[in-house]
Amino acid sequence: MLLVKNGRVIDPATNTDAPRDILIEGEKIVEVAQPESVQAAPGAEVFDATGLIVAPGFIDIHAHLREPGQESSETIETGTRAAARGGFTAVCCMPNTKPVNDNASVTRFIVDRAKAHGNVRVWPIGAASVGSKGEAIAEIAAMKEAGIVAVSDDGKPIATAKLARQVMEYCRSLNLLVIEHAEDISLAAGAAMREGVTSTRLGLRGMPAAAESVCVARDVQLAELTGARLHVAHLSAKASLEQVRSAKSRGLHVTCEVTPHHFTLIDEDVTYDSRFKMNPPLAAREDREALLAGLVDGTVDAIATDHAPHEPALKDVEFDKAPFGVLGFETALSLGLEQLVHSGRISLMRMVELFTAGPARVLGMERGIAAGQPGDLTIISLDHSWTYKVKESASKSRNSPFDGRTFKGAPMATIVAGRVVHKR
Amino acid sequence: MTQRFRDLLALEPLPADELTFLLDQSKPFQEIQRHPLKKLATLRGKTVALAFFENSTRTRISFGTAASRLGADTMNLQAEASSLKKGESLLDTVHTLDAMKPDCLVMRHASSGAADFVAQHLDIPVINAGDGTHEHPSQGLLDALTIRDRLGTIENLNVTILGDLQHSRVARSNIHLLGKFGCRFTLCGPAMWVPRELEKIGGAGVTIRRVFRIEEALEGADVALVLRVQTERQHEPSISAEDYVLGYQLDAARLRRAKPGAIILHPGPMNRGIEITPEVVDGPQSCVLEQVTNGVAVRMALLFLLISGTDEDGTHPMAEAAPEKSRRSTDEKDPSHAAR
Repeated sequence: MLLVKNGRVIDPATNTDAPRDILIEGEKIVEVAQPESVQAAPGAEVFDATGLIVAPGFIDIHAHLREPGQESSETIETGTRAAARGGFTAVCCMPNTKPVNDNASVTRFIVDRAKAHGNVRVWPIGAASVGSKGEAIAEIAAMKEAGIVAVSDDGKPIATAKLARQVMEYCRSLNLLVIEHAEDISLAAGAAMREGVTSTRLGLRGMPAAAESVCVARDVQLAELTGARLHVAHLSAKASLEQVRSAKSRGLHVTCEVTPHHFTLIDEDVTYDSRFKMNPPLAAREDREALLAGLVDGTVDAIATDHAPHEPALKDVEFDKAPFGVLGFETALSLGLEQLVHSGRISLMRMVELFTAGPARVLGMERGIAAGQPGDLTIISLDHSWTYKVKESASKSRNSPFDGRTFKGAPMATIVAGRVVHKR
Repeated sequence: MTQRFRDLLALEPLPADELTFLLDQSKPFQEIQRHPLKKLATLRGKTVALAFFENSTRTRISFGTAASRLGADTMNLQAEASSLKKGESLLDTVHTLDAMKPDCLVMRHASSGAADFVAQHLDIPVINAGDGTHEHPSQGLLDALTIRDRLGTIENLNVTILGDLQHSRVARSNIHLLGKFGCRFTLCGPAMWVPRELEKIGGAGVTIRRVFRIEEALEGADVALVLRVQTERQHEPSISAEDYVLGYQLDAARLRRAKPGAIILHPGPMNRGIEITPEVVDGPQSCVLEQVTNGVAVRMALLFLLISGTDEDGTHPMAEAAPEKSRRSTDEKDPSHAAR
């Protein structure tokens, strides 16, 4: 039994912004009430949240845990430890492991490893196609039985419009979300960053914004054709966001996520340091402005980290030879506060929504702070000052562009199923 | 003044006064190219590592000649023989070279930013001899030196650059150098090789425009820089040689659009009959061989400055290499020339 008392509850699901005490029994919330009115059994663990924000458990709908197959970069244990430190109580792990999570036995392996070694909940995402090769449809129904929450060929798009259509038809019949890594491979071929003045100056091959938005246009039209639930991963371009906004206005089941690095940095920040290399790449100034507007007006459904660890030996190479991806778990909340809340762009309630109810709804779940809900909470300080030192990260990798950045506000504790899994 | 940088990775960050300093420092080394005895002992006992991860003939030989004329020894790493072919990382390879204690690393690499990346990890000076499609700073300097010699100035000139601009590190280095002296640039080539973003790479105050008709591009030019059509660096479909010749080849008739005293530069190697006609290459306005000679002088100046330029009293090596003393300065036994 855990009593979280004296905190200020911010819960978008119930539209609560008030002091509340929360009692968790077993793995579930059993009571949410005015401070001092909740009676916990003698000997119950008490978490004093005085001066802190108590939010529903944060959900990261897009992460890479690298297990099985790339354990030198990350494992389910280290990745979920980093997630817990970042305030996440559940992470969705993309299927581009080795082997690819394209069948129920790999899904079960991930689920079992997470049960044994995970620090937070792990919700696997299955591949859309066998080996994510874009040829045959993966065994999606069997993976759903084993516990996947969505399908995606993340790392690359579903290869052809025809296959994307078939996957959407099938997933609609299974009531499963299709997550698309939107990229026109031919437009993006060989690119190391976003095309623009900076890429031209640096002599780095760039991909245009259209490399993403062309594929989003394809997928939105296929979602319309099939009625599938489509979620656009790590959306980075203004033109893509406009497609999603228009799809939503037409009543389609189209959602999208934005990463902290895309709403914080732009292509002009890129140097020959491979910690600034990810896919989609850092976008233009006007794209970032559009993403911020989308976070404000509700077009963006979720903030997702796209946590993509790569061990130093892989990243310490020539920029164009380095793999795409940056760490995300431990800095996401603080970047959200810095860029969105402290800057006055959105309310704290809206930011919490982007980390909780937003991604939950994308996945077809309801998550909030109410009796009967899982005992998952993220406890936040709005003013705790701290400096991110990547060498102290719980991740096995070090590829963060935010190393050395000082933040105001941090996740102070992470509670999963009534258990404090991280405390700062 | 003396140079304030430790490495030479790019011309973009260098202010005009430092660029002028580098050109001025090259002047006495141009003299030495005309001496019967060209060897100094200035860098005797020093070692220059030449790491050409991408194939190169003229730049490698030019740096090697510059080093040997300064009395330095060289160690050579060539792409074909390199351990990179055996899967070793760039970082491990340069650390291995560094462990043999060279005093300077000259490197060429197919990846933009590779020299920058290596310089972050080494304590010795690094000279970028061409990185991908980013910069080729010594080429930019030797081009400017050639222009200054022929036209008397590098200020406020009309510079037309012809060819595959997108993949040209030479064009970028030229723009970043000459742009700081008020030169205006006209870029001309097949439109997909001349991206519009190039108009903005010079920063504020540098006029760069794209023109797709070569006759118009050459109108009033003081300098025409002709680039080689680089088949090895292109990702998109190329255009046919016929189309290229038709639209963008520099020939005598087109050259008449430029100012009468206009000069022609080409970084080489040339495809005679493709981007430029033999008549123009071999004509009086062409500077292509002077560029090569000046290349050795510029590289001697760079090696001298980066290896020994900042220590001791900063005595210029040419103070001891005046013609009547040139014989003495080649005396290998005289330690007085061995700067550190």
